[in-house]
Amino acid sequence: MALNTDFIGRTFPPSPPYEVSRVKIREFADAIGDGNPIYRDPEAARAAGHPDVVAPPTFPIVFSLGGDYFADPDLGLNYAMVVHGEQRFEYKRPVVAGDALTAQATIADIRKAGRNELLKIVTEIRDTAGELVVTTYNTIVERGA
Amino acid sequence: MAATVKYDEVEVGTEIPATSYDVKRLNLVMYAGASGDFNPIHWDEHFAKSVGLPDVIAHGMFTMAQGGRFVTDWVGDPGAVLDYGVRFAGMVPVPHQAGNTIVISGVVEEKLEDNKVVVGLTAKTGDQKVLSQAKAVVRLA
Repeated sequence: MALNTDFIGRTFPPSPPYEVSRVKIREFADAIGDGNPIYRDPEAARAAGHPDVVAPPTFPIVFSLGGDYFADPDLGLNYAMVVHGEQRFEYKRPVVAGDALTAQATIADIRKAGRNELLKIVTEIRDTAGELVVTTYNTIVERGA
Repeated sequence: MAATVKYDEVEVGTEIPATSYDVKRLNLVMYAGASGDFNPIHWDEHFAKSVGLPDVIAHGMFTMAQGGRFVTDWVGDPGAVLDYGVRFAGMVPVPHQAGNTIVISGVVEEKLEDNKVVVGLTAKTGDQKVLSQAKAVVRLA
């Protein structure tokens, strides 16, 4: 089933704010096996110049797709055939505990690559002041049957 | 920020020594819980094999996170990472008990303005490259 290219350029509403907690950052750091004290100890984080514990660079994957928009049947994405193709995080500042962040996704491109189809999603993650914190670039590959 | 590596002390071509990261089934279960990605190909061997995979495979984002760990351990401060991107180039199968090992190495590819450098990463399991075009931009001291 081909993806619906009418979705190219579509921007979805921003997600409700995701509250970044010290506990979730520590859980994520534990899961990736990273014992860095800047992910756990507010004093260590402050000593490194941060207001609170910092999230690992890949942490925004937890909330960056912000919603179920890609399950829209009109888009035609078959999750059973999906693999992750590319991922990038472009930071304006680090994500820290206490942030409340909204994620707003745009479908930047849909195109064929051989038997596969690529879905490129750009997500802007902003704080409560509306300032851009991180932009994520996600390429999803739907494998051809 | 408190990067510990000094910009003036690295050159294009400066190598960051390889580090090995073990990955066991338990890591994938923990990663599933922490990330919210509960796709059974990452924790259910029966399911993984039923869809044609050699075994349970690591989340691509788990492997990317190991690359992030490699960079932040080198630079000394996770807040110094300004940009980090990868292409997922190969699977990391994670067999029962034995698990697998991801070996990551890096090289300074470019020096930019404002104490920034581009670090290119290589990530492999055995001879298989698992990330390609893996690059981080970090701000050094």
